[in-house]
Amino acid sequence: MASEAHAHGHGETLALREQFDTAYQQRDASTLGMWIFLITEVMFFGGMFAAYTIYRSAYPTVFAIASASLNVTIGAINTCVLLLSSFTMVMAVRAGQLGQRKLIIFFLILTLFFGCIFLGVKAYEWTEKYEEHHMPGQAAFHLEGTDLQGPAKLFFSLYFAMTGLHAMHMVVGVGILTFLILETRKGRYSTEYYTPVDISGLYWHFVDVVWIFLFPLLYLIDRHLPK
Amino acid sequence: MYFLVAVSVFFTLLIFAAIFYFAIRYRRRSETELPESVHTGLTLEIVWTVIPFGITMIMFGWGASIFFTESRPPDDAMQIYAVGKQWMWKLQHMEGNREINELHIPINRSVKLTMTSEDVIHSFFVPAFRTKQDVVPGRYTTTWFKATKPGKYHLFCAEYCGTNHSAMIGWVYAMEPQDYQQWLSGAPKGTLSEAGAQLFTDLACVNCHKEDGSGRCPSLKGIFGQTVLLAGGGTVKADEAYLRESILNPAAKVVQGYQPLMPTFQGQVTEEQVVELIEYIKSLTPQTADEPAGRRR
Amino acid sequence: MSTQVLQERQHYLNNGYSLKSWLLTKDHKRIAVLYFITISIFFAIGGAFASMIRAELITPAGDLVSSETYNKLFTMHGVIMVFFFLIPSVPATMGNFFLPIMIGARDLAFPRINLLSWYLLIAGGAFAFFAMFAGGVDTGWTFYTPYSTTYSNTYVIATALGIFVAGFSSILTGLNFIVTVHRMRAPGMTWFRMPLFVWANYATGVIQVLGTPVIAVTLVLVFCERVFHIGIFDPALGGDPVLFQHLFWFYSHPAVYIMVLPAMGVISELVSTFARKPVFGYPFVAFASVGIAVIGFLVWGHHLFVSGQSVYAGLVFSFLSYFVAIPSAIKVFNWTATLYKGSISYATPMLYAFGFIGLFTIGGLTGLFVAALGLDVHVTDTYFVIAHFHYVMVGGTVMAYLGGVHYWWPKMTGRMYPEGWAKLSALFVFAGFNLTFFPQFILGYLGMPRRYHAYPPEFQVLHVASTAGATILAIGYIMPAIYLAWSLRYGEVAGANPWSASGLEWQTPSPPPTHNFEEIPIVTQEAYDYSHVKREEIEVG
Repeated sequence: MASEAHAHGHGETLALREQFDTAYQQRDASTLGMWIFLITEVMFFGGMFAAYTIYRSAYPTVFAIASASLNVTIGAINTCVLLLSSFTMVMAVRAGQLGQRKLIIFFLILTLFFGCIFLGVKAYEWTEKYEEHHMPGQAAFHLEGTDLQGPAKLFFSLYFAMTGLHAMHMVVGVGILTFLILETRKGRYSTEYYTPVDISGLYWHFVDVVWIFLFPLLYLIDRHLPK
Repeated sequence: MYFLVAVSVFFTLLIFAAIFYFAIRYRRRSETELPESVHTGLTLEIVWTVIPFGITMIMFGWGASIFFTESRPPDDAMQIYAVGKQWMWKLQHMEGNREINELHIPINRSVKLTMTSEDVIHSFFVPAFRTKQDVVPGRYTTTWFKATKPGKYHLFCAEYCGTNHSAMIGWVYAMEPQDYQQWLSGAPKGTLSEAGAQLFTDLACVNCHKEDGSGRCPSLKGIFGQTVLLAGGGTVKADEAYLRESILNPAAKVVQGYQPLMPTFQGQVTEEQVVELIEYIKSLTPQTADEPAGRRR
Repeated sequence: MSTQVLQERQHYLNNGYSLKSWLLTKDHKRIAVLYFITISIFFAIGGAFASMIRAELITPAGDLVSSETYNKLFTMHGVIMVFFFLIPSVPATMGNFFLPIMIGARDLAFPRINLLSWYLLIAGGAFAFFAMFAGGVDTGWTFYTPYSTTYSNTYVIATALGIFVAGFSSILTGLNFIVTVHRMRAPGMTWFRMPLFVWANYATGVIQVLGTPVIAVTLVLVFCERVFHIGIFDPALGGDPVLFQHLFWFYSHPAVYIMVLPAMGVISELVSTFARKPVFGYPFVAFASVGIAVIGFLVWGHHLFVSGQSVYAGLVFSFLSYFVAIPSAIKVFNWTATLYKGSISYATPMLYAFGFIGLFTIGGLTGLFVAALGLDVHVTDTYFVIAHFHYVMVGGTVMAYLGGVHYWWPKMTGRMYPEGWAKLSALFVFAGFNLTFFPQFILGYLGMPRRYHAYPPEFQVLHVASTAGATILAIGYIMPAIYLAWSLRYGEVAGANPWSASGLEWQTPSPPPTHNFEEIPIVTQEAYDYSHVKREEIEVG
């Protein structure tokens, strides 16, 4: 395979792999690829959002009561943390554009830090839910304020499934960030080639946006209504 | 059906014949021949788009109207309840007769089936009547038919339901009216609504649902088919589905002006018993003549 | 060119013989070969299960295998054939091999993701095999709840995991194809100069990317329900078992277009080459592919007409289902019109193309039957539906697959297959197929339900006919397995363009070099331009 490379076109570099003709084409293709992947993620989360929509419209009162039992303050803090992390991610991408290695690492580490805070807070929240007996697997499951324990369980199942799926994506994101930090330290990225940072940024922003939808749908049902 | 077969045969033969003819008429005669190009025409493309579309719209309309008719039982249909469970059909006549894997009905009378499942999804299928309806746990589904010829007709379960799915079969016996009456009287005990009245007392429903409405719960007299005002706004029609839900999941829809006090009877009553209670409650409404089709959730 | 001995020239097959050079390859052509071997194995296993099913159904009583085993047989037959054979079939083999070459690219946009796709299929297959050998799964390939979530005692989770993983294989392939078509076309290769095979795989990629994640998340929910009893599909907890059906079919209906669109793409190539004419109505066929992909997402409810969904939903879905039939009809008309005033050869690939057009037409027309609400009530969940989808999937996709394999065999392997044997097996396939599945339309209409282990005796004659056909069909499938393998060593050496076909893949040597082209071509001709095709000295067909 390698022997043919030189006879046909160009040798392979990070910025210009064999199958592409120009670095621009490669960057463009990689970006398009990541956008399409994110569309698949939209469809993936979409299935759960669809289930949520159907069951919320079937049991609006129960969902509101269950939502009220979630800790809005913590949820809001987490939202801010995630938004902040998206900002630092953007700064990392910008540093990549400018080829500033140290700055890339700095902002990636910050993003990683915020991401870990988010996950830690999430773990704390889940523990709280476990102690309050709001976890669907528990035998002692009970949501106060309603007789409809079945639909209450449904809310929390969707809560854990959706935030769990989201958290899994965050963990993957943390892994990606770690990888990027290591690669940057090896000097792999420059103004000519920082595409992995760029498209990882897209992924990170997507995970952030999913949370922006999850937060109001799960935590803020009917909170605007007077008690 | 015949229209569809005719159209299918027509187009199949058309394509087959065209291919056959072209394949022979234009077969390759030498390795070097190069056919002239044939220009595609927008007109032709439009024609063979619009005409098939028109034909399919006829199919759609025809099929839809049949479907509509199938989904609306006539007002004078006689009611029969069916409960599917792995792996048998349990049928209850209003008069109290119970059958397993068999259904006796009179000819020339519309029969409305209200059905549910105790476990997984089944499907009530009588090929001869062109009847099929999935039977779903947790809710009622309905279908109706009218037999015109006496005879014995296959009954199949048509939704895979586990190990003995292919054994969940039986027979529908369509009988002359007088034979049906005779068959009916052959079976013992009281009607469904009589059994339901008994249950209503046994389960202490009567303690709260007093007939004069003086109990903690609404009176059920005359309620069937009425529109009920719910706590928190909203209304619901008091049909079989609503009654079933109120027995098994009473907190779901509470009547306005009342407290959510009613305990659930889930696990304490079988689906057949639910049916008996429903029939009893229906009997408290003077004219059960206008039975609505079960409201689909 | 025709006298060149293969060993002298470096090409993708002899460019490294080690296991590592195959298992860590980035070459789309090698990955295509890996897929080809893999899905052939899956097809054989799925076919073996089908044989056992048909053997059982010779007699009305359930006497060959137990009910439990029978239920596992038809479930595994469906799971393997749908997820591990049909979904990858044309795109992963011929799509992978030829899409880049047809547009003048050196490889797909993401070669390593392409390899990952193959490994994902293997991993998914491993989970599915584990489920099979550990005891099987008996829910039907459709996994309807609550049976699959609460009542079945079989290896549902392992199978679901296998399908989940294989789904990502499909998503990544689709993603790769979409980016490749958008960004890697050679200079001058405009969208409307691309072969229709590329259009078909592009449209398929769109479906793969948008639809597959939905079944992935549905399987996640089934897993959660089974393990944690969350109640999402359990009526006792307020859930709705029919919700599963909506989520499942939201993917599984477009999935059938994943299975058939690439096959249609193959047919476009075959009909054009073997009539030596451009495909009639090229833009219409191209847009029809995209149209099928889009409308295909809007019709899933036609699988739920008797499920208890509202009558009005049924109306909408029935109406839209007729819409989706029209682009397919347009394609059939255009292919037939391509034959008009053509120069038609009866080489084996063309015989498969004829078979496809005829059988797909029948299958598609019977789709109109099941789309009609009133009629579907009678025939749904019966053998009528089984016959319908086997006509389009087997009479359609599998025939196109075989046609494509024969067509591109000389290009992929540098060898010709034996034409006489190939024609004979095509005949076996056609005859066997019709004898197997046509009686099933009648069986279904007469009321024979599907997934029945035992049946009333009056259905036996038709079942026996069907099994007889299945035997002939099986022979028709085994023959190519033998003679194609034989041809690898003893087949006539093929030149670059044995069919005098147009298309960039025929302008490279057979087999192609690893990098496809010595120099990236600059495209100036329209698609299917035969006036510029270089003639071969060897006479074939």
